[in-house]
Amino acid sequence: MEEQDKQARFEETIMPHLDAAYNLARWLTRNEHDAEDVAQDAVLRAFKFFGGFHGGNSRSWLLSIVRNTAYTWLQKNRKHEIATVFSEGEHDVEDLAANPEVLLLRKADHEEIMRAVERLPVEFREVIILRELEGMSYKEIAEMSDVPIGTVMSRLARARKQLQQSLGQRLESGVSQ
Amino acid sequence: MNCEEIEALKHAYADRELDLVRTTEIEHHLSDCRACSQAYENIRALSSALKSSDLYFKAPAHLRRRIRASLPNEARSSSSQPFGWWQWFKWGIPIAGTALIAFLLATSFIRASTYERLAQEVTANHVRSLMATHLTDVTSSDQHTVKPWFDGKIDFAPPVKDLAAQGFPLMGGRLDYLQNRPVAALIYQRHKHLINLFVWPATRNSSRAKKLVVRQGYNLIHWNESGMTFWAVSDLNPVELREFVELIK
Repeated sequence: MEEQDKQARFEETIMPHLDAAYNLARWLTRNEHDAEDVAQDAVLRAFKFFGGFHGGNSRSWLLSIVRNTAYTWLQKNRKHEIATVFSEGEHDVEDLAANPEVLLLRKADHEEIMRAVERLPVEFREVIILRELEGMSYKEIAEMSDVPIGTVMSRLARARKQLQQSLGQRLESGVSQ
Repeated sequence: MNCEEIEALKHAYADRELDLVRTTEIEHHLSDCRACSQAYENIRALSSALKSSDLYFKAPAHLRRRIRASLPNEARSSSSQPFGWWQWFKWGIPIAGTALIAFLLATSFIRASTYERLAQEVTANHVRSLMATHLTDVTSSDQHTVKPWFDGKIDFAPPVKDLAAQGFPLMGGRLDYLQNRPVAALIYQRHKHLINLFVWPATRNSSRAKKLVVRQGYNLIHWNESGMTFWAVSDLNPVELREFVELIK
């Protein structure tokens, strides 16, 4: 009876976030099959730990498990991708106001934007997905990724800067061809 | 506010993360400063390009089905250990009995069976941690990284020692689940052998004596210390596992 109850509650609170779980896994692994494995593993782990979930933000809770699962997977299968050490905080936000011409990126198409996001280092990619696609607040992202809010802010600033630069460059090179 | 301050806050402003006072100050500055308002527009443009580019991957239907299909199995395998007589016992007592007999029998049997079941659970978790892709949730040999990682994830602070100098380097930590509660798992290494050390708060009047048992070829040592219950499990030989336990205590 208790197990059935647990399943019903799990179905109600956690399963609606399966799209979010898969989306994050897909962006972190950059591959459909691996994303399915990571998402499935994460949801099963969530079910196992569900007794320890006492209300609160169920999407953040599930996504933090997806994130841990994905990083463990990357650690095992693509160690080089997370080997990058960021010197965060040293050069927090650089001057973007100096190059206003990057506004061109409005014209970039789906494929270009997709590739630009995929090329971001994994920590930057993650923060872009959580902020821009999931619409999560800095606080939610910070709690979920176990980093200070300041780090979320500087990752986001640097991620956006890289996107603006790579989309700007792509457009320029497209024009010159 | 000057341009430098705007520079530092423009992302938080674009993401509506600032309080009203600072929001108003920034708006005021943006209306006067072309460079800053251009930089702000760039952030808005990027955000809307990302949002409108259909970058969201929805879970495929077969994944949803696969997960649903595996949930009940997961539930079954974790809840029903092979203890047929215990199941019978659990249902038999209410039918059979007086509360006194139930109480007397239960206290003696449950203690033995809880221990037995726990040894099984600990072994299963150890094996699973080696098979699946998550031996560690936090990978670090630094006790000052591993210990704080558990903050907020569990309601107790597990003792974390680095025993690298004694030949048992710390590999990291993991959140695990035993006896229907989240527990801390610390992972140590001895040569090629991995040791899972499970830690959680002890229940009252639990024994301090060390107990060595063997399950499925793995050695398990169980003891209680300073209000915590410990289970060390590994394929390491009993002599070295005992040595490890002495170092932890």
